[in-house]
Amino acid sequence: MEWSILQQYGPMLLRGFGLTILCWLLGTVLGMVLGLVIALVQRYAPRPVGWLVQAYIEVIRGTPFLVQLFVLYYGGPLVGLRLDALPAGILGLTIYGSPYFAEIFRSGFRAVPNGQIEAARAIGMAEPTIVRRILLPLGLVSALPALVNFSIILTKETVILSIITVPELMYQTQRMSTETFRYLEANLVLALFFWALVETISRFGRRLEKRITGYLIERT
Amino acid sequence: MFSIPTFLDSFGPLFWAARYTLLISVLGIGLGLVIGALVCAAALSSVVWLRRIAGLWVSFLRGVPLLVQLLLFYYLLPVIGIDVPAIFAAVVTVGICASAYISEIWRGAINALPKGQTEAATAIGMAPPDIWTRIVLPQAITLSLPALINELILLVKASSLVSVVGILELTRASQAQAATTFRPLEVYLAAACIYLIINLCLAAFGRYLEHRMAV
Repeated sequence: MEWSILQQYGPMLLRGFGLTILCWLLGTVLGMVLGLVIALVQRYAPRPVGWLVQAYIEVIRGTPFLVQLFVLYYGGPLVGLRLDALPAGILGLTIYGSPYFAEIFRSGFRAVPNGQIEAARAIGMAEPTIVRRILLPLGLVSALPALVNFSIILTKETVILSIITVPELMYQTQRMSTETFRYLEANLVLALFFWALVETISRFGRRLEKRITGYLIERT
Repeated sequence: MFSIPTFLDSFGPLFWAARYTLLISVLGIGLGLVIGALVCAAALSSVVWLRRIAGLWVSFLRGVPLLVQLLLFYYLLPVIGIDVPAIFAAVVTVGICASAYISEIWRGAINALPKGQTEAATAIGMAPPDIWTRIVLPQAITLSLPALINELILLVKASSLVSVVGILELTRASQAQAATTFRPLEVYLAAACIYLIINLCLAAFGRYLEHRMAV
């Protein structure tokens, strides 16, 4: 591989990497928020709403992310939803991640002992306070490993955004390789880079997980 | 606006293309099962360097996005002198990627078996190969079936990425269809429906297996 190429394309690749991180962070955070809302709706809303939410979960989990992106980005304008590639990509990531996050939160909530919630009701705590003071902190402790794990999985999904022309790292790498005809080297470097990234994040994630779990257990 | 006739018309040709989606997923999981068994054996062996290689294999394939793996293999094979059709490269990549996940599924299933069983088998004088073929493997394979069905569902979805290297499976076919009809919304929704049908059937099958095993 000619390393001068990397020097020439370095700034472009760096920008792409920045965008990859941005898409991942926004997609993860927004997906988590939407997932939390879904999990709470499933717990407290009446049955018919619960069924609708369940259908949403099944549909999103049963279809490929790429097809969801195509529906959103190419199909959206037909019903008046006109988005640029980047917002469409972030929205796509959010929607794609939300049912997985919702299921993680749901099983986290299920792990909260019923006695604790009953005890809170018995001492006259209002339902919103129970959610805020008991369900959320306790549920989060048991949901945390799975949350970290799925966030790591989402880093890998960001490359699919390149197909709808979001100029993230994969997109920039493809551009570099079509301009220099160095397909193999470019993809090899990209693979090694992602390997390192995912390994680093996993390691960091495991450490964070231990810290936060310890902290939350101390507080609650 | 959304046109229902266009939506319904899209199903015919897309169903036809979906057989490639199924073919790639099923062959991919078949190859993944074979390689996954070898990787799992290496991960459980007492030889240190075999365990290291298995660890690297799993970590690399789980750490690199499938799309990057696909392009890497696609460009790598001609360079090392292997000239094969794109579909072959796609199946091999999907299979290799699946092997990393499958080896972990099997490792988990084997580790989940109570240690007392192998100890009891050793105590009554069973030879190690017999212990593996008659005690450990039958139970571990049954135990891993729901997780393997789950992996197959993931592969059906992952096979959509194969469209990038030009294989006319469900996603690629719907791209072509959307380009000729100028109705991307209806066509892609139809494609999503077909994926959903396939995966709901697989999930139902998985639940049936789980239910039968629970008895």
